[in-house]
Amino acid sequence: MSITKKDVLHAADLARLELTAEEQDLYTGQLSRILDYVEKLSELDTTGVAPTTYTVPLKTVLRADESRPSLPHEEALSNAPDFGRDCFKVPKIIE
Amino acid sequence: MDLNSLTIHALSEKLSKKEVSSVEATKAYLERIGAIDDKIKAFLVVTADEALRQAEEADKRRAQNNNVTLLTGVPISVKDIFCTKGIRTTCASKILAGFIPPYDSTVVARLKEAGAVILGKNNMDEFAMGSSTENSAFQKTANPWALERVPGGSSGGSAASVAALECAASVGTDTGGSIRQPAALCGVVGFKPTYGRVSRFGMIAFASSLDQAGPFTRDTIDSAIMLKAMAGFDPKDSTSIDAPVPDYLSEIEKGVKGLKVGIPKEYFIEGMDVEVEASVREALKILEKEGAVLVPVSLPHTEYAVAVYYLVATAEASSNLARYDGVKYGLRVNESRNLLDMYKKTRDSGFGGEVKRRIMLGTYSLSAGYYDAYYKKASEVRTLIKNDFETAFKACDVIATPTTPTPAFRFGEKVADPLTMYLSDIFTISCNLAGIPGVSVPCGFTKGMLPIGLQILGKPLDETTVLRAARAYERAAGGTLQAPAL
Repeated sequence: MSITKKDVLHAADLARLELTAEEQDLYTGQLSRILDYVEKLSELDTTGVAPTTYTVPLKTVLRADESRPSLPHEEALSNAPDFGRDCFKVPKIIE
Repeated sequence: MDLNSLTIHALSEKLSKKEVSSVEATKAYLERIGAIDDKIKAFLVVTADEALRQAEEADKRRAQNNNVTLLTGVPISVKDIFCTKGIRTTCASKILAGFIPPYDSTVVARLKEAGAVILGKNNMDEFAMGSSTENSAFQKTANPWALERVPGGSSGGSAASVAALECAASVGTDTGGSIRQPAALCGVVGFKPTYGRVSRFGMIAFASSLDQAGPFTRDTIDSAIMLKAMAGFDPKDSTSIDAPVPDYLSEIEKGVKGLKVGIPKEYFIEGMDVEVEASVREALKILEKEGAVLVPVSLPHTEYAVAVYYLVATAEASSNLARYDGVKYGLRVNESRNLLDMYKKTRDSGFGGEVKRRIMLGTYSLSAGYYDAYYKKASEVRTLIKNDFETAFKACDVIATPTTPTPAFRFGEKVADPLTMYLSDIFTISCNLAGIPGVSVPCGFTKGMLPIGLQILGKPLDETTVLRAARAYERAAGGTLQAPAL
C-alpha cells in the first residue's frame, strides 16, 4: 500500500505537525518503503486470531474513593511555559 | 582506577568492611567521568553535589547499620527517560529542554530507598526511538571499545557509562531491545524483565505495552541485585504485576545441570556476522558442557516481528507523544497566531526527525480506513509471536540466541535508511512483543575487539532461571571483567 504526499499531509495534520516541504518529500518516500515492508504481514492468515494489545491480563484498577495528597498546584505549574491565576495560559483559541 | 572497575557486590563488600567509603567511591567515579566523558559523552547531566550528599548519607546509614542493602553507597547512573525530582529530565529531546520533574519515577525512588548514589543522567536516543543513540538531540555517545562506533541504543549512554567504568551500574529501558542491544555492543550485562515486573510510573512513555526498565551491570550477580531493588508491584502503574519478587541471588549459582536450553533456528540466519555466530555457538557449547541440554526449537513467526513492532510501537508512540503540546511543560514556540498554530510549531521544532517519522507512521496506521490493515493486523500477528514462545517453552526452560546480528556499527552507517536501522533489532524485538524476560551477557569479542552478546530469554516472571543460566555461562566462560583502554 503506497502512501501519497496527500496522505502524509493528512497524517501530519492529525499529528499536529507542521512539516517543511523538504520533510514532506522525505517522509513520503521513507514511509512508503516502511509500509511496503510491513505489507509482509498480509502473507499470514489471521482469521480467528484474537489481537494481543497487552501481554498481562488487564483489569480496571480501582482504588478506594478516599481523598489523598496530590501534586500541589504551584509544583504542577512549575514547568509551564506560561501561567497565571493558577491556570496554564495558552494563545487565543476562538478568534 | 581499581575502585571504578569493581562490581556492585565487590564494592558493597569493601563498603561493609569499611575499606572504602561511599564518598570515596563516588569521588572516584566523578573523577573518571570528568576525565573521560568528553570522549564517551555518556552523560547529559552529572549531579556531583547531589551525589556526594547521597554518598555521605549512605556512609552514615552504613555506620549506624540503618537499613543497609547491597546497594547502599553504590554509585550508579540512570537513563534520562526516568523522572528525577529536581533534576533536569529531557528524554534527549529539545521538546523537554529545561523540564524539571516535580517527582521521582518509582524506579529511581526505589533505588534511592535502597541507598544507591545517583551520579547523573545518561544520553539516549530521543524518546528511546533508535538503535544507536545517534537520535539524541544533544550529543552522540561513543562506544568505549571503539570510539568511531555507536554504543547501540536506545539506552546507549547507560551501556557506555558502565563499560567505560563511569559508574558501577546503570538503569535503562527496553521497548524493542534498547537494553539488550547496547549491552551486547558495549560488552556489559543488560537485563529486560517481564513486562509489568518493574513499575513504569515516572518513566517517560514511548510504547506503553512494550516499555520495561532494567539494569546494566558488569556481571549477572549485579543484575540480580539491581533487579531485586527495582522490581515489584506499584499501585501507581496499572500494568504492574502484583506478584512476589523472589530473591534472585539465592538461586543464581545453582548451575544449568539438566536445564533445557532451546535453540531457535530462526535466530541463526543468512547474513549474520560470522564472528558473532561463532562466538554464540561456542557459548552454547559451554552451556552444554555445564550440563545443559540443548533442544532445537522453532519460533516460526520471527520474521514478522520487526513489521509488527514498527506498527504497534509507533501507534502507541503517536498517542503517548500527543502530550507534548507546549502547554503544560517543555518547549513552546511563542510566535503563534492561535492555539493550533502553537501546537504545530512547537511540535515541529521540538521533535527530531526519527520521532516525527514514528509519530507520522503511527498516526497514519491508526487513521480511519487503515486501522484494520495495520494496527489490528499487527496485534493479531503479535498473538502468533506470543504463541510461538508458549509452544517453545513447553520443550525448554530458557531460549538462547545471539543478541544482535552484528557487532557495533560505525556512526552514520545506518542513518540514511530507517529500515536498515530497524532491522538491527531483529533478535531482540520478539521478546518485548511476547512480554517475556531476557538478558544479554557478554560472550567474547570479534578479532577487532568489538564485544558480542549472548541473549537468554525466559518464561514470563521466570527471571530467576534466566539469571541462573546467564550466570552459569558467565562463570564457566571465566569472564574476567574486561574494560576498554581509554
